[in-house]
Amino acid sequence: MATRFGIVQFPGSCDEVDTLLACSRVGDAELLWHKDPDISGVDVVVLPGGFSYGDYLRVGAIVRFAPIMEAVAAHAADGGLVLGICNGFQVLTEAGLLPGALLPNQNLRFTCRQVDVSVVNADTPFTRECNEGDVLSIPAKHTTGRYFAPPEMLDEIESAGQVILRYAPGENFNGSVNDIAGVCNTERNVFGLMPHPEHAVDPLTGSADALKLFESLAAAPVTGGAA
Amino acid sequence: MTTAQAPHRALGLTDAEFDLICEKLGREPNATELAMFSLMWSEHCSYKHSKKLLGKLPVEGPHLLMGPGENAGAVRVGGGLAIAFKVESHNHPSAVEPFQGAATGVGGILRDIFAVGARPIAVLDSLRFGELDSARSRFLAARAVAGIGHYGNSIGVPTVGGEIYFEGPYEQNCLVNAMCLGLAREDRLIRSAAAGVGNHLVLFGASTGRDGIGGASVLASAELGEDDDSKRPTVQVGDPFEESKLVEASLELLEAELLASLQDLGAAGLTSASSEMASKGEVGLDIHVDRVPLREQDMEPFEIMVSESQERMLCVVEPERLEAVLAVCDKWDLHHAVIGEVTDTRHMRIYDGGELVGDIPVPALVDDCPMYDLAPAEPDGQIYPAPPRRLAEGLDAGETLLALLGSDNVASRRDYFEQYDCVVGSRTIKRPEQAEAAVLRLGANDGGTGRSPAGPPAGDAGPTIAVSIDGSGRRVAADPYRGTIGVVLECAANLACVGAEPLGLTNCLNFGNPEKPHIAWQLERSVSGMADALRALGVPVVGGNVSLYNQSGDGPIYPTPVVGMVGSLPDPTVVAGNTFNAEKMAVALMGPFEPSLAAGELAKLRGEELPTRLPDLDLSLHAEALRLLRDAVRDGTVRVARDVSEGGLATTLAECCLGGVGAKIDVAPLVERLARDTDPGANADAAAPAATLTEQALFGEGPGGFVIAGERDALLELSSRARRVGFLAIGVTGGDTLQINGFNDGDSSSEVATAAGAAGILKEISTAVSTIQRIHAGALAERASS
Repeated sequence: MATRFGIVQFPGSCDEVDTLLACSRVGDAELLWHKDPDISGVDVVVLPGGFSYGDYLRVGAIVRFAPIMEAVAAHAADGGLVLGICNGFQVLTEAGLLPGALLPNQNLRFTCRQVDVSVVNADTPFTRECNEGDVLSIPAKHTTGRYFAPPEMLDEIESAGQVILRYAPGENFNGSVNDIAGVCNTERNVFGLMPHPEHAVDPLTGSADALKLFESLAAAPVTGGAA
Repeated sequence: MTTAQAPHRALGLTDAEFDLICEKLGREPNATELAMFSLMWSEHCSYKHSKKLLGKLPVEGPHLLMGPGENAGAVRVGGGLAIAFKVESHNHPSAVEPFQGAATGVGGILRDIFAVGARPIAVLDSLRFGELDSARSRFLAARAVAGIGHYGNSIGVPTVGGEIYFEGPYEQNCLVNAMCLGLAREDRLIRSAAAGVGNHLVLFGASTGRDGIGGASVLASAELGEDDDSKRPTVQVGDPFEESKLVEASLELLEAELLASLQDLGAAGLTSASSEMASKGEVGLDIHVDRVPLREQDMEPFEIMVSESQERMLCVVEPERLEAVLAVCDKWDLHHAVIGEVTDTRHMRIYDGGELVGDIPVPALVDDCPMYDLAPAEPDGQIYPAPPRRLAEGLDAGETLLALLGSDNVASRRDYFEQYDCVVGSRTIKRPEQAEAAVLRLGANDGGTGRSPAGPPAGDAGPTIAVSIDGSGRRVAADPYRGTIGVVLECAANLACVGAEPLGLTNCLNFGNPEKPHIAWQLERSVSGMADALRALGVPVVGGNVSLYNQSGDGPIYPTPVVGMVGSLPDPTVVAGNTFNAEKMAVALMGPFEPSLAAGELAKLRGEELPTRLPDLDLSLHAEALRLLRDAVRDGTVRVARDVSEGGLATTLAECCLGGVGAKIDVAPLVERLARDTDPGANADAAAPAATLTEQALFGEGPGGFVIAGERDALLELSSRARRVGFLAIGVTGGDTLQINGFNDGDSSSEVATAAGAAGILKEISTAVSTIQRIHAGALAERASS
């Protein structure tokens, strides 16, 4: 049975249909509505990029209270896969599902740039189709993408192999600590990254390098969430 | 009350206009009515100084679906799909408060697009500021770009292209023009005419406040003055989050066929939106201002009628569909209210708590504004002062080239455009700087959600379009007629470089005060040039915008017609790039290119005064060159194409090297052609014209020149077809250096080259590609942020 992706649409989401299209390349995909907490049957929950609820308080801070988020947290607690892209990453850190926080870019402005990121850990459900050291060309576009974790937490993340993607040398425009572009939780079923893999699945629009991330998810055994 | 303080004057109406209003009403207008008239009869809404002129422009074309007069025009692109597009200015608000001014400019143009039922899929911008030496200009540029990014990025519409230039005459009055493209199924385009007596008028979106009151008349239709800070409250504040919900709700309403008509609220707010709907539908409207959701208490009826609060839409709904419409608004957490109904009175009747507070015949408000004839008079000489000299004396050709490459109007725009999301929507095939025009695919993007508009099935790229926005101030200031032809040709050239055939054009005419004879002359000549160029190319105008009164105490801006063109191309995988991408490709200069130093970047850097005329050109030859190039890109003959623009051929060649591959170029064929074309008796001093000819060849500008590269044999074959329009083989790609010679090779057979060499003015250019890349990339970022 094909993996079923559910992409949550919040008011202010921007990349939800792009993400839907990318997921559709490797499995079944549908949009989930932020007011509807029923996510049964979904294998992989994806929180897409954008500016949920306008991000007027602090990026990702309001989504935490969306009706669907309790279900997403339960899905994650059950071992279900959750992917957060850009704003989705911000949301996952705000919701406490991922360690650390995203701070304003060091240049203090929105920056859209094709960046090279290298796969640091290929032993996760999100990267199993990659090899360690693979360099992926993926666009990043955000104002608040500087990954930060306090030193002790950073040591834990690093030693537990939770860093999955790192910006290649010279590509870390936002100033993320340790060049971190994407991290997972200790259970490795929740992953957040700042670059937009859904915009790197077709050579016609610039790169298909990130297709491997979606293929990894499609190949991952379903451990929870599915009815 | 003294005459000087008469309310109609304060609102921008002349005494004669006020008398006409009294005549139409049979009485004096009350405050609400006067406020409504002052906006609808402003230049911004009535086009009273430009409407007659605009009649010259061609508005018919084989691909045209919706022409001028609607919220946006639209063209057919194949596959049952339509592209709606329009460019609009937000100049004066941006000069007063650049971040919100530019942001709401984007918000406004987006609403124009989804008001016709199209999903916004791309934004482009055309920006003009004063020189970057000025702290004010750096501030305005930085904040306007941030504002555009803030709005476009937040709403999930990519900004895929644009242009930005810096010239002294924009110091006080910057230009912020934004263009939006939307995608719709042909059968789902909707017009704004109100219809169906008894139908409900529903206002939905943001609540209404006091922001932007009088913006259309006070800001947009008057010159900027010293007390502009006090006008800051008339600049609206944008909320892209609200607009993103408004887009989805509007498209969902249209997809479910719940609306009889739809109209956005822009300049002049509810007054303009409602009266335009009533006028087009030949009906009347009753509006109850007390039902409008307000964000401030105690607003007067006139304030509610003229507020320019953003993110609002007005629609006409049949009674039986009202419930469903309000449910969609609720789903998207939008304010909504039934604020009135359609009547057969052909009057706008405004009620407040049941009391009639305004009653105006619709035609009086919309159609009866007097149209003015311009009184154009050509000025005696150039009215613009010469710019300050920026270039040291005695530079050789290589040094001149690097100075041009690093100059503010030539250097990479990356520092600005990377503040824009150019990929959201998954349609962008060519991003900024990757080709001469942005290229977008239209299919495969609803992901089976049924979200409007449904395109071709996933996996199908669908139709492919290209889009470019171009304008010129300096060249139009030098010669409004030929300069404007050049603007249209440049935009068409950008499309031809990616193999696209133009389908339609939108324009924004940014000019000074048309009541002044020399500005009227610029406007008249410019529109004539645009009309002639469009007829030669067979491209219709689908709609646009006029922005007049762009001047301050320092004088008028350069006359700046901005045009945006949309074209289609058959194969998204065959699109020429704009940098050399392989070794040993043949390089040629194609097209009826007549380079001239007049009004060019080099002349500007040297502080030369503008001329009062540009060289003549043969429009049919230009049109033929564009067709030939387009076909040669489509069949793969031409792999790299870049039109010769600011800084001339040498600069364009250097830009072609930005991808990392150099070239060896011989410009002797061009120098010799220019020598043949020049009357030998014109100048007695042999060395001077020789030097001039060489400079003309290297740095001269003008429309119709293309640097192209491709396989040697294929280009050779093209050369025979292209001889009539001009074709010179000039070199070959390869190496890590750009070498340009042919003007000092000491070859005695080339008299011109020898003379130039002997004069010691120029020597061969040999510049490392890495130097070109460094100077082009770094210059502007450094200047703009200092």
